[in-house]
Amino acid sequence: MHTILAKKQLSPNVTRLDLLAPRIAEIKQPGQFVIVRAKEGDERIPLTIADADPAQGTIALVIQAVGKATRDLVALEVCDAIRDVAGPLGHPTELITSGRALCVGGGVGTAVVHPIAKALHAMGVHVTSVIGGRSQEWVIFEEELAKCGDVIVCTDDGSYGRKGFVTDAAKEVLEAGGVDIAYAVGPVPMMRAVANLTRPFGVHTIVSLNPVMVDGTGMCGGCRVDIGGETKFACVDGPEFDGHKVDFDLLADRLATYREFEQRANACADGQCKIRR
Amino acid sequence: MQPTISAKERMQISRQAMPEQDAHQRSGNFKEVNLGFSEQLALLEAQRCIQCKEAKCIKGCPVMVNIPRFIKFITEGDLAGAARSLFGDNALPSISGRVCPQEEQCEGSCIRGVKGQPVAIGYLERFIADWARTQSGVLDAATPVPSGKKVAVIGAGPAGLTAAGELVKQGHEVTIYEALHKPGGVLVYGIPEFRLPKKIVAAEVDRLTKAGVKIECNVVIGRTYTIPELRVQFDALFIANGAGLPVFMNVPGENLKGVYAANEYLTRVNLMEAYDLQNTNTPVLIGKRVAVIGGGNVAMDAVRTAKRLGAEQAMIVYRRTKEEMPARVEEVHHAEHEGVDFQLLVAPLEVLGDEKRWVTGLKCNRMELGEPDASGRRKPQVIPGSEFVLECDVVVVAIGTKANPLLTATCPELKLNKWGNIETDANGMTSIPGVFAGGDIVRGAATVILAMGDGKNAAKAINGYLAQA
Ligand SMILES: Cc1cc2nc3c(=O)[nH]c(=O)nc-3n(C[C@H](O)[C@H](O)[C@H](O)COP(=O)(O)OP(=O)(O)OC[C@H]3O[C@@H](n4cnc5c(N)ncnc54)[C@H](O)[C@@H]3O)c2cc1C
Ligand SMILES: Cc1cc2nc3c(=O)[nH]c(=O)nc-3n(C[C@H](O)[C@H](O)[C@H](O)COP(=O)(O)OP(=O)(O)OC[C@H]3O[C@@H](n4cnc5c(N)ncnc54)[C@H](O)[C@@H]3O)c2cc1C
Ligand code: SF4
Ligand code: SF4
Ligand code: FES
Repeated sequence: MHTILAKKQLSPNVTRLDLLAPRIAEIKQPGQFVIVRAKEGDERIPLTIADADPAQGTIALVIQAVGKATRDLVALEVCDAIRDVAGPLGHPTELITSGRALCVGGGVGTAVVHPIAKALHAMGVHVTSVIGGRSQEWVIFEEELAKCGDVIVCTDDGSYGRKGFVTDAAKEVLEAGGVDIAYAVGPVPMMRAVANLTRPFGVHTIVSLNPVMVDGTGMCGGCRVDIGGETKFACVDGPEFDGHKVDFDLLADRLATYREFEQRANACADGQCKIRR
Repeated sequence: MQPTISAKERMQISRQAMPEQDAHQRSGNFKEVNLGFSEQLALLEAQRCIQCKEAKCIKGCPVMVNIPRFIKFITEGDLAGAARSLFGDNALPSISGRVCPQEEQCEGSCIRGVKGQPVAIGYLERFIADWARTQSGVLDAATPVPSGKKVAVIGAGPAGLTAAGELVKQGHEVTIYEALHKPGGVLVYGIPEFRLPKKIVAAEVDRLTKAGVKIECNVVIGRTYTIPELRVQFDALFIANGAGLPVFMNVPGENLKGVYAANEYLTRVNLMEAYDLQNTNTPVLIGKRVAVIGGGNVAMDAVRTAKRLGAEQAMIVYRRTKEEMPARVEEVHHAEHEGVDFQLLVAPLEVLGDEKRWVTGLKCNRMELGEPDASGRRKPQVIPGSEFVLECDVVVVAIGTKANPLLTATCPELKLNKWGNIETDANGMTSIPGVFAGGDIVRGAATVILAMGDGKNAAKAINGYLAQA
């Protein structure tokens, strides 16, 4: 059992939970994730370890409530417990030790980019983070990222920071030159756009893929993705891959496998239906 | 005491059939197919055993269960005696009695099978184990004297559970680390409820924890802890993390929506309880026409699961004939009775999909059997020009698994063979002193009883190792 010690709403649908998981807090590295099951009978879902406090023995999960499992998680309160937390899973992020890094975060992906930026900064890498959201209230982790380097905030409606997409600002950073590596985490279309953007600049780009997972240990094959024509299991071979090699169409397509089921589950949670199937 | 019967009378009793759920009814539910022997049936069947002096059946059993001895207790009406005898040889008989390929093992060697039907050893084993589970006290053992030694077991499948049970009996402090949220390995995520009810596995796990075994779930060795880290904290280790990684066919279309590896399909349905369609939180695609590729136990489990989930047509696609199928004979029969469609001598070439990338069919070749290959099985060959399309909307690939490198990659000192399986000596010890291994991670995909046998042998070897250490 993993007791929740702190809870904070970061944006209209993103919540941060700090929970007890001492071993994971002690050894986790940037880019790694956990598989979580809130209570008996729930789905197993992967969530990135957004931060950790080894002294307190806590890890932070930043959760975007998109469906049944994530909504159930963010409905938990301080002192409630999460039944299962397995990890840390996946390979740690490939980091550079000097030079310049561009970190692009979209939506909840910003929380995933944060541990990467933090690790880069700690090693002396110059970090420029470009983060965004629909409008001001959707922007998260700005303060934390500001501690790791420069931050450019973009909002779709211009209510905060620059008006426009993160890709517009990222393009300017690339054009200014000197970027050695780029990291992009966010919705699939955003990661695809960033990968396309960095390609002509020849900047190595790492993206964090979010396929549907079950076990997270390589046993089920459900998380398979196509990297340069080769099938890989994101949970054990990733979740981070060379963005220039990822088949984003396949990823987006496979993510739609259970859409009907998810919509039904959501409708049920909203009290709009009585029967699940 | 039962009245003794003459040898002639013994020979005249025919093999008792396993009472089972009606085929039509059961293909619509997930309840266990086999209902188990009544005491009368068990007694009748037990009397068929002629109590061979040189019992061949024992040699056919990978863990050398003393079969005539426990059967004799049954004929004497001493079920508690039978239970003590059986459990002394085999830690999980309620499981092996249900899933062992008996026709190749104990029953395959039974002398009564030479002219007629072998003694139904598996059914008797299951009967005694199920009986013992409902009795209190029968299997209570004296609390062992603590040895002061600590042993870690990695993986709570049949190999790990068996080893843990044996080790705790010797007074060692045993901790099992299991990656998933529930112990049991393939017994809970792979083999379906209708063949092995989960409450039986849970009862066996319970028995272990009551005996003092600690089980820590959600701990992935290779990630949460590494083997070298555990080696420092424990006096000995037993690695039993199973086979794992599913193998795909490497044909076009395998990543279309609606293509599953059997492991994923079965894990969703069993471990994540998607068979409970009304209440599950984990979805599984319900196909109208489901094609399962393969001919082993895994394929049979997947196809019978598809049928139960509501497939109008549940098909096995296998490139050889029924005779070559590696599945247990009973499972193939059950599948036939339940209306599974066998597409034999058929090999898939490509998975076909629609414009939205949902599976619509399998492009296949027809095959014929040629000369025997190295394994002695006749090699299937393509019949030129035989291409055809098998319509289906869900495809389940059940063509095997390979060694999962998650754990071994973090422990380079561990010697592996060319397939990535861990190498062990005759005692089950790996290249690292004090670190033992067994089950599928050593053998490649094998059987429950071989995994249990490895667990038992390794426990013995660990005991010896700890006595010297
Ligand atoms: C390595 C990894 C790290 C992730 N980190 C985070 C994170 O830090 N914060 C966060 O909010 N989200 C993260 N996600 C995504 C998160 O796991 C999904 O949003 C969550 O599983 C959705 O479950 P649901 O029942 O709430 O929604 P659903 O209604 O079931 O699904 C909504 C969306 O999530 C996808 N999804 C559903 N089930 C899974 C599953 N088991 N695995 C992956 N995707 C699934 C669906 O395809 C759909 O696009 C991560 C995913 C991966 C693979
Ligand atoms: C669907 C199916 C049906 C089968 N039917 C039969 C049958 O009828 N009869 C028969 O005899 N055999 C059958 N088999 C084969 C049999 O189940 C296996 O040979 C047997 O389970 C192997 O046992 P094991 O203990 O080695 O591994 P497993 O049962 O695979 O257990 C390994 C355990 O280790 C855990 N683990 C893995 N990696 C780690 C890690 N890094 N850290 C911690 N834990 C980890 C896994 O989660 C799992 O719980 C079947 C197999 C399948 C898949
Ligand atoms: S353990 Fe398996 S092989 Fe051995 S006697 Fe029992 S059923 Fe037969
Ligand atoms: S070989 Fe058959 S008849 Fe002989 S002891 Fe074994 S079970 Fe009985
Ligand atoms: S989640 Fe099952 S193999 Fe990756």
